[in-house]
Amino acid sequence: MHGFLHPRPIRRNMEKDMQKQLLAAGLLTLALPALAETPVLTVLTYDSFTSEWGPGPAVEKAFEETCACDLQFVPAGDGAALLARIQLEGAASDADVVLGLDTSLTAAATATQLFAPHGKNPTLNLPVEFADPNFLPFDWGWFAFVYDKTKLAEPPRSFEALAASDRKIVIQDPRSSTPGLGLLLWVKAAYGNRAEEIWTALSDNIVTVTPGWSEAYGLFLEGEADMVLSYTTSPAYHLIAESDDTKAAALFDEGHYMQIEVAGKLAATDQPDLADKFLDFMLTEAFQSAIPQTNWMFPVVTPSAGLPKGFDAFRPAKSLLLSPEEAQAARDPALAEWQAALAR
Amino acid sequence: MASRARPLDLAAPALAVLLLALVLAPVAAVAWRGAGLSLGPADWSAVRFSITQAFLSAVFSTVLAIPVARALARRRFPGRSLLITLMGAPFLLPAVVAVLGLLAVFGRSGALNSVLFALGLPPISIYGLHGVVLAHVFLNLPLATRMILQGWLAIPAERIRLAQSLGFGPSETFRHLEAPMLREVLPGAAMVILVICLTSFAVVITLGGGPKATTIELSIYQAVRFEFDLGRAATLAGLQLMIGGLAALAVWRLSRPADFGAGLDRDLPLRAPPGWRRAGDTLTLAAVTLFLTLPIVAVALRGLPGLADLPPSVLPAAGRSILVALVSALLATATAVAMSLASARGTRPMIETAATVPLATSGLVLGTGLFLLIQPFVPPQTLALPVTVLVNMALSLPYLYRILLPETRALQADYGRLADSLSLQGWSRLRWLVLPRLARPLGFGAGIAAALSMGDLGVIALFAGERQATLPLVISQLAGAYRMDAAASAALILVSLSFALFWAFDAGGRRAAA
Repeated sequence: MHGFLHPRPIRRNMEKDMQKQLLAAGLLTLALPALAETPVLTVLTYDSFTSEWGPGPAVEKAFEETCACDLQFVPAGDGAALLARIQLEGAASDADVVLGLDTSLTAAATATQLFAPHGKNPTLNLPVEFADPNFLPFDWGWFAFVYDKTKLAEPPRSFEALAASDRKIVIQDPRSSTPGLGLLLWVKAAYGNRAEEIWTALSDNIVTVTPGWSEAYGLFLEGEADMVLSYTTSPAYHLIAESDDTKAAALFDEGHYMQIEVAGKLAATDQPDLADKFLDFMLTEAFQSAIPQTNWMFPVVTPSAGLPKGFDAFRPAKSLLLSPEEAQAARDPALAEWQAALAR
Repeated sequence: MASRARPLDLAAPALAVLLLALVLAPVAAVAWRGAGLSLGPADWSAVRFSITQAFLSAVFSTVLAIPVARALARRRFPGRSLLITLMGAPFLLPAVVAVLGLLAVFGRSGALNSVLFALGLPPISIYGLHGVVLAHVFLNLPLATRMILQGWLAIPAERIRLAQSLGFGPSETFRHLEAPMLREVLPGAAMVILVICLTSFAVVITLGGGPKATTIELSIYQAVRFEFDLGRAATLAGLQLMIGGLAALAVWRLSRPADFGAGLDRDLPLRAPPGWRRAGDTLTLAAVTLFLTLPIVAVALRGLPGLADLPPSVLPAAGRSILVALVSALLATATAVAMSLASARGTRPMIETAATVPLATSGLVLGTGLFLLIQPFVPPQTLALPVTVLVNMALSLPYLYRILLPETRALQADYGRLADSLSLQGWSRLRWLVLPRLARPLGFGAGIAAALSMGDLGVIALFAGERQATLPLVISQLAGAYRMDAAASAALILVSLSFALFWAFDAGGRRAAA
């Protein structure tokens, strides 16, 4: 009996070994193409960044030349939609990096606890101090009211002057647009407790409120308003792309609110090193030089060739910016004031 | 009812359930992710404003459409058929494009104010509730006209001849023929328009002039994008669906079949009364033609100069949009035929509701909910086009259903028993009875569905990948990159393609019916 019992475990072992070998061979054949496959870095960003006319294509090409990876942009509406998307996906997100939030959204983004610290301390060319453990700036701009010099000889020099004039403006709805939210914080940062009073005075100057930036800018170009909420760099687009120097940005004495656009690494990323590499790359010449003439914003690192013409044509004397926490705290009351003042 | 079960009796309720699931499951998914249902204090005023503007828009659109449809029904003039086709155009304009077209006419620096200025008159402002209603009438008057005209054309020649031989004047004709027809058609037309306007987003914000004009859909935006309060978003979306559902049930109770009975399909227009009524009809048609075409001409003029410089990516995007439109239209047509036939056989409140509530869907909540449902299984951007097809199918179905229903009811009343007694069932019934008799509304409805589906209806944004841009997405990308001229040209292409699709189906249907 013993003699008979003995071989069976051996055979079983042999079988097991063979199974193991087969399994190993199988895994190897499965693993080989997986090893050969280039890693994918998924960057969630806003639509206009990835479009043919945004920085996306140039950035993708330049990064892929250095990273031995596949950089994939996933567009998700605008900046505010981006935050909602992150909150929807939570830790299950495929994205490794989120690019395109601004400082009015970063406090809410931090609160999701989905972002990881970047651990970097770069010197950036910003008119204000800005440092955030989770988010690195990649470009910035000043909000401003843009007008047509041939139609408006003397633009107002402050919100109060604008409110006192019969100039008409188009603005964006803060509930659906990041510039609209920026304007809300601009008035709040400049006037504090007087913000509602300013909005009430402005209400007869506002032709209408649009869902997004492009609708407002389109209405302005069609002549529906004297001025539109946009950026100090908007006239540079017309100057460079259309050789049209009739557009200008009105400089306000109370200062101009800034939009700083940032990127952050998601804590749940499966490509942490690649994500870090991308954040480093973001502050290099190859990325930054693409920004001015695709995103029409200021780069955070001035390219060696300098800024395109017209970028410094309208330089505010004073920059305004609420910290992310202040902006977060100011948002809801400021919106309520805005609604109350304009609904009157 | 025949004793044995027909495939249709099973298919139609099944389709209705699927449709309801497609619309309701995303709302449930959003609600489930949110922290309980809730509403803010400002939400009730948003609900009130939404209903007010939608109600006014529906009333003005349908009431103004009656004289237009009557003039088209009883007058024959060169270009009549072209005018009827052209009337489809405003309805097919993407909201943002329609707004720009209207502003070129009614805006602060528009044509009308230029004329007023030249005459030394004070300018008018389009911004406010009246502007919102004006835009909705511009967009929906043509739809109402076509639905009512369909009703006029469906009055059998035998009734008209009888009326003529009895010496009916215009008022008797109205009382005995036109009023019963209107009683059948008007509630449905008004309800569809009310529900469409309920969810209107870009038009209401842009022309509403500020936060006074806050609709349910804008509150949903605020809840999702500003506060990330999904519970509130789902509550608002549910409320909007409920209003849509209630409107559908109200119509189902209100509208009465006209019961004209069958005719021999001879084409016989109503007698066209001479005198001041003739002048009135001419004036009506001239005014409405001007009102509807001027903004469209403005859109065309705005887009023409940039056509030559359009980026090459417009072409594949247009191809994708056409594909999406054709598949959506095919699915929507098949579903609408099944559902309206079943509905014509007997009262089916569930089918009626399922065929209406998609109109009241919040685009943002639908997109968000589908995203939540799909994301655990596959990366949503890989399903961008299938999801767009499905959503466009669901959102264009209600138009088709509403257009088909009066005709399927008449079909069932006039030929149902005959066909049953001949045991004409299944495919042969469809082939020899249903499709030939429904050709005209089918062509019109499929045209509307295809053209609407070109416009994406605002759900694709969450799903869009890098390389699957449809034409509407390319337009918004162009506009977002300062390229307003190129955006206007691409919009002109979108409108032209939508109109071409609409025209092909509509003309096909009318030819098949003739």
